[in-house]
Amino acid sequence: MSVATQAPGAQLPGDDKAQRSNWLVDLFVEYRSIGVLLVLVIVVVLTSIDNYRFVSVTSLQQLVSGAAIIALLGIGETLVMVTGNYDLTVGSVLGLSAYAVGDIFQHNQHFPIPLVFLIALGIGLACGIVNGAVVTMARVPSVVVTLGMLYVIRGIDAVWAGGNEVGAASLPGRFVEIGYGTIADVPYLALIAVVAVGIAALAVRTYRTPREFYATGSNPVAAELAGVPVRKRVFTAFVISGAIAGVAGALWLSYFATVDSTAGSGYEFLTLAAIVVGGVSVFGGSGSIIGAALGVLLVNTMDSALVVVKVSSSWDEAFQGALLLAAIVFNRFVTVRRTRELRTRNMSHVK
Amino acid sequence: MSSDVQTATGGTSQPDMPLDPGGGGLRARLGPLMRWESGLVVLLLATVLMGSQLSSMFLESGNFFYIGINVGEFAIMALPLMLIVVTGEIDLSVTSQLELSGVVMGYLFAHGWPIAAAMVVAVCLGAVTGAFNGFLVTRLGLPSMIVTIGTLTLYEGIAQVILPNTAVGGFPAGLTKIGLVPIPHTEIPYSIGFFIIFAVITAVVLHKTPLGRSIYAIGTNREAAFFSGVHVKRIKMGLFITSGILSAFCGVLWSLRFASARYDMATGLELNVVVIVFFAGTAFSGGKGSVIGVVLAAAIFAGVQNALTLDLVPAQNQNIVIGSLLIASVLIPSVADVYRRTGQRLQDLARRRL
Repeated sequence: MSVATQAPGAQLPGDDKAQRSNWLVDLFVEYRSIGVLLVLVIVVVLTSIDNYRFVSVTSLQQLVSGAAIIALLGIGETLVMVTGNYDLTVGSVLGLSAYAVGDIFQHNQHFPIPLVFLIALGIGLACGIVNGAVVTMARVPSVVVTLGMLYVIRGIDAVWAGGNEVGAASLPGRFVEIGYGTIADVPYLALIAVVAVGIAALAVRTYRTPREFYATGSNPVAAELAGVPVRKRVFTAFVISGAIAGVAGALWLSYFATVDSTAGSGYEFLTLAAIVVGGVSVFGGSGSIIGAALGVLLVNTMDSALVVVKVSSSWDEAFQGALLLAAIVFNRFVTVRRTRELRTRNMSHVK
Repeated sequence: MSSDVQTATGGTSQPDMPLDPGGGGLRARLGPLMRWESGLVVLLLATVLMGSQLSSMFLESGNFFYIGINVGEFAIMALPLMLIVVTGEIDLSVTSQLELSGVVMGYLFAHGWPIAAAMVVAVCLGAVTGAFNGFLVTRLGLPSMIVTIGTLTLYEGIAQVILPNTAVGGFPAGLTKIGLVPIPHTEIPYSIGFFIIFAVITAVVLHKTPLGRSIYAIGTNREAAFFSGVHVKRIKMGLFITSGILSAFCGVLWSLRFASARYDMATGLELNVVVIVFFAGTAFSGGKGSVIGVVLAAAIFAGVQNALTLDLVPAQNQNIVIGSLLIASVLIPSVADVYRRTGQRLQDLARRRL
């Protein structure tokens, strides 16, 4: 679909016409992020006019910490969506790994913290591997498969947790500090998310494998013919997404400091909505990590802004659903226009 | 096995049986028995056996009512969803449309509307929500996978705005008794009665009308269907509207059955509908799907759920089983295919050796 400029090696070397259009499209992608940033600033300014405490340090810290966890999930989800798939399990994987970590600490408060993160990673990896395997084996859209997996994982969580809730008292102080600690007023969680987003954005630009994610999503048949191991790449994307969601589960617990079997429910939808707002295409093949992260920040800010301007929380769900749909329609509109523009521009050289 | 042996119930639904032309004698003779639906019949028997092993109450005649009543709405919604999947789309917002319709009916009733009028408005609303799904998918060309995830949240959100945190009840007892008693002189719950009617209509439309042929044609080859004059977009639009109407109808049934309406009364239950559809052997590619499959899958689903409930497995834990059913039903065709292809390759190899 859309413009092939996202795929590596789409233009011949020395073909400067293609080079120029590539640069222009890149600029447009940049503009998208600038647009999201602009809306973000407007929301923050308007909300803080209504209530100046919205821009207080504590409020902003809460805002970015909450966004940081979704942003982490957003990285994995972006990679999966770029390959033309959806991962609906991120929320339930986060929940399972968060409860697992809570359960470990409940039994042994002195359990080494790095090991806990490794276990969280392991749980995420395991879920990701199962997801990836089933998605690549079954010839149905990943939405159906991951919908099933969502409830299986949530069910495992429910069986494990029962009605049990792990409270802050069972968690070691040093672990909880990861959630609320700050360096120069910047929460650790925000730093972790920024570093992760930075690494992912760089990797996506630099390395072959993530470039092949884009090729896969753009046109799976063409990618296969060009020698991209499409199934392997889809599998990898799901494994990465699962792994990130696993680690995010441990971080989630360190931030909220209490966990039961419902942890992270609905996060799959939040993540999806946020990264689509950030410009990730629902058709696959296009979307930037940084854009996705900005989308997460914007959606999270909007959610908090709604609370501040005292819109009843019963509007949240309708708002989020409408936001996702609006973002999909908007992206579609932009793509259609961009395609038309590119076509007319290319045609103008023919004369 | 040709297409003119079809029955109204869709016993042999496929316009083109996927019999591999190169298959050996035994496989060709077993072909009709190797169908997905035959597997379902076996599974249904296994479910009944398992259920009767797990609980002595399973086979009691009174239990038939309880087996049926918990699946009726899902089975009804599975019918249009099956057709939508056959055309290569999906509607994940069915349970949200159910909730929205139930909530609207409850809201209007609580504001003094006569119940009949409230029911009619609620069902008509389903046509609107379904049309909105259809509009986004067919007119704007957006993928239904994600659009209906969006409307899943949107419709439930709207229901929440209409009735935040409260349930509306107090419906006339004459109507709410559908949750307590079967259709007179039978053991059949009302929702199953409606399901049977809708299933027969769907089967007739699907297997006996040009419209039904067109639906399969879209699923088999969208482009070819379009160029042979099938109104692809209009049919898909119609299916989404049908899905909306039936989901809304189920919303009315559901609210009356539980004698109350709440915005989150069916949250997460879209899984059940999706499971029935895919367990029925419905496939995105190749336009596979039959009404008899849906009937069998719904029966198995109901049996499994009832057996688990009699075995005192909590609803949330049942999701592991139900989710696994979904995964299994989408994996089995692929695994079978790999098996068949490997067998073919081995045969070819053997022949070449000779």
